[in-house]
Amino acid sequence: MKHYDAIVIGGGHNGLVHAAYLARAGRQVLVLERRPVVGGATITEEIYPGYKFLIGSYLISLLRPQVIQELELAKHGLELLPLESTLVPLPNGDYLADWPDHDMTRRELMRHSRRDAETYEEFSLTMRRLSLAMKPLLDLFPPDPTSLAPKDIEQMARIKGVLGNMQRRDFHTLCRLCTMSIADFLDEWFETQPLKAIKCTSGIIGTFMGVRSPGTGYVALHHYLGEIDGVRRSWAFPKGGTGAFAQAIASAARAYGAEIMENAPVHQVLIKHGAACGVVLEDGREFYADRIVSNADAKRTFLQLVPRDQLPGDFLWDIERFRTASPACKVNLALDGLPTFSAVPQGSEQLLRGSIEIAPSVDYLEQAYDDAKYGGWARKPFMDALIPSLLDPGMAPPGQHVMSLFVEYASSEMDWTAEKKAEFLDVVIDTLAEYSPDLKSKIIHKHIMTPRDIQDIIGITSGHIFHGELSLHQLLFLKPSPQWAQYKTPVRHLWMCGSSTHPGGCITGAPGRNAAMELLKDWSA
Amino acid sequence: MMLRLKTTPFHPRTEAIMQANQWRRWGGYSVASAYEMTHDREYLAMRNACALLDVSALYKYEISGPDAHAFLNRLVTRDISQMQPGGMAYTPWCDSQGKVVDDGTICRLDEGTFRLTAADPNYHWLEENTAGFDIHILDVSEDLGTLALQGPCSRDVLAEVFGEAVRELPFYGIIHVENDLQISRTGYSGDLGYEVWVPSGRAVEIWDRLTEAGKRYALQPAGIWALDVARIEAGLIMLDVDYTPANKATTPAQASTPYELGLGWSVHLKKPHFVGKKALAKEKAEGSALTLVGLEIDHQALASEHEKIGLPVPFPFVPWREIVPIFNDEGQVGYATCGSWSPTLKKYLALAQVKPGSGEDLKIDIMVDRFRKSFGAKVRKLPFFNPPRKRG
Ligand SMILES: Cc1cc2nc3c(=O)[nH]c(=O)nc-3n(C[C@H](O)[C@H](O)[C@H](O)COP(=O)(O)OP(=O)(O)OC[C@H]3O[C@@H](n4cnc5c(N)ncnc54)[C@H](O)[C@@H]3O)c2cc1C
Repeated sequence: MKHYDAIVIGGGHNGLVHAAYLARAGRQVLVLERRPVVGGATITEEIYPGYKFLIGSYLISLLRPQVIQELELAKHGLELLPLESTLVPLPNGDYLADWPDHDMTRRELMRHSRRDAETYEEFSLTMRRLSLAMKPLLDLFPPDPTSLAPKDIEQMARIKGVLGNMQRRDFHTLCRLCTMSIADFLDEWFETQPLKAIKCTSGIIGTFMGVRSPGTGYVALHHYLGEIDGVRRSWAFPKGGTGAFAQAIASAARAYGAEIMENAPVHQVLIKHGAACGVVLEDGREFYADRIVSNADAKRTFLQLVPRDQLPGDFLWDIERFRTASPACKVNLALDGLPTFSAVPQGSEQLLRGSIEIAPSVDYLEQAYDDAKYGGWARKPFMDALIPSLLDPGMAPPGQHVMSLFVEYASSEMDWTAEKKAEFLDVVIDTLAEYSPDLKSKIIHKHIMTPRDIQDIIGITSGHIFHGELSLHQLLFLKPSPQWAQYKTPVRHLWMCGSSTHPGGCITGAPGRNAAMELLKDWSA
Repeated sequence: MMLRLKTTPFHPRTEAIMQANQWRRWGGYSVASAYEMTHDREYLAMRNACALLDVSALYKYEISGPDAHAFLNRLVTRDISQMQPGGMAYTPWCDSQGKVVDDGTICRLDEGTFRLTAADPNYHWLEENTAGFDIHILDVSEDLGTLALQGPCSRDVLAEVFGEAVRELPFYGIIHVENDLQISRTGYSGDLGYEVWVPSGRAVEIWDRLTEAGKRYALQPAGIWALDVARIEAGLIMLDVDYTPANKATTPAQASTPYELGLGWSVHLKKPHFVGKKALAKEKAEGSALTLVGLEIDHQALASEHEKIGLPVPFPFVPWREIVPIFNDEGQVGYATCGSWSPTLKKYLALAQVKPGSGEDLKIDIMVDRFRKSFGAKVRKLPFFNPPRKRG
């Protein structure tokens, strides 16, 4: 039987990135994915024939440029199509748009508030400087500030160097943003409701917190750390959907010699003399390696795949309390032609090529949270909509369209019966139809992924899109557990490389890459 | 129709005379780089007859109220406490670190009303500095069109259209004509010149009257290229070209102080507190990191290098705008930010910021065919071009 250097449990994008880096360094790597297709939360599926649905993630921004370049993802088929605009249709028939051009956006904002039009530039420049300062942290392992180990001290010094370049005022703003609610932070800048609302949405994506919950400021900043070809804060649609992106990494990993096995659910990590040495699949097959790396989320890894008696009690305590309650659903529609939006003025149809946000006011968003926080759903949900077929005609048959809706809030903690699912799907479509009167007449097929479906199908605990909440108490050296935040675990030779580790969720490739760097260093030490 | 840049109130006229579709962006508007195929005649008119320029893209703010005068005097570096109605002044304004936020003119329209012009939006910056002042700020950028009439014949044309009173207007003075117009003796050409401030609704009428009267004086509408040549000859700096405004700079080091930009003459440290005073006083005492210089590039050497290899001699008459390193014998001492051939002076000019004490004999690298060569660049007094008629 073949003995591998490393086995990666899970072929999500981070598992694939991790495997590619190890293989690139000459290691023998096996990736075991439970589903028939790799990608995890980055997948494209033809749920309805001819129409490609984005049942998980849909846009890319935080993907580390190093990952694209070092793994030569362009050569392996990655094509990124940047989104150019953001449209917020309003219930009164008006709209607010972020145009693909500075002068146009300024003019648009002037329509709503002269003051906000001016402040907007300063706000954007401030956020740009904060994100420039924070960005390097994505690519560093998080040092433990209580540790005196040389590698922690060295890393702390590096971070101090990064933050030391900041202007003092920016540093203060950074501290405030990270600890405030996004709504409070934006109140200090703007007066226009839809503008505040749209900026608020970055603070609640994937997060079971309301726009007025402290900590959402940090979540917003997280979403500002991305870039596409150096254009900061820009988001792009990968041609073919996020599934095509996963296929590009898988192709790179294979080219470096990694083996990828699908339909291979791991049942348990095999541990001998306190060290991980292999895995056993649900069908009983066993595979052995020097290192086992889990791409699955922390709860799934330590509460399901590792025998409890192999883990220290305090660590188990941390993992059990790792917050994963999730508010996010995904809806996909197959459409017979392009729907119209009443708010879009004639001649501005290009705005449909960007993202379309159902977020008319700050109160609307907070209300959506209030509705769901005791275990229900928003009667008027927040939605981040996209019509991918306008960017990539291959997503639907000619003239037809697909629409992807990221929807909040609907609690992972409720009992999702088939009836409940259908009922919430109607809530989503009814809400959207208020802005697009002909939407319903164009729907050929509709599909919903509730948090429960994301858990069952994609395999993430509670369906939390980031493998756990991005709140301060579980970030950096606290992610996922205070003493085990550098990709290692309490079980010798068992490592982590998924989104429960620093810097967390989103399509970044960073946990996968950072973990590979640490593992390779550890190996050579 | 939606995704178009704004057009100025003079657009119906400027569009009609545009020969080569050479539009460019300025402050959210599309304006002419040149109306004719090349800007030669447009530039020459500015120096020999008169040129008519649409400068409506400037941002314009009206500041009124009991504290307007005190507020502005605190905002800008220049002492404008003695400014009377009908007076006008050019000045930069800074942030608390003494870094330039923008530069423009302030005029006193009447006892209680001032108007500030700026290259960038400044409404928010003004608002942020109002604490404790009883003032009202009105953004009139879109309500007012502005035409600059620059060149030796500009006075005659204006006198024909608006009456002889224009002739009495002193350098940096402003008068009201026809109820709702103002004429100021200002401009960006370094020559005799005026600016006409027009309510948008009357823009086309005023354009027509000026061009009609201007026929006898060879009046020529001109675009930004012509103006850019003229402003380099005049040694006048430009935001986003010669400096990065403080609030757009990513790091403080990217921004510039008035001293570094050759605007030390407009910093009045003797007046009471103003924004940036402390930092500027410190810089004045300790010395500046950089200083603005005019450079004359050795065009004869450039010519002979080209002739040696059988190539025509370049006369860069469309000004370049980029950062080009400047050296002395010890290494890089600074950078040029723009340059142009001056048809009036017959010299190759550049504006640069260099370390004080770098000497008078500097060097600049220029491509000759496909190879980089070093050429002499002598420090010259600014403005390069300063005709007596400018103030006369
Ligand atoms: C609905 C939704 C929308 C999102 N939208 C965006 C977006 O637009 N942009 C963005 O940047 N991010 C988005 N995200 C977040 C982002 O997709 C995830 O954070 C990221 O893809 C997680 O990657 P990962 O590799 O860490 O984990 P995953 O993608 O979750 O991969 C884990 C893999 O492990 C496998 N696995 C688990 N257990 C086992 C086992 N026992 N044996 C074998 N395999 C196992 C799973 O099947 C899965 O393939 C979204 C997420 C969701 C769910």
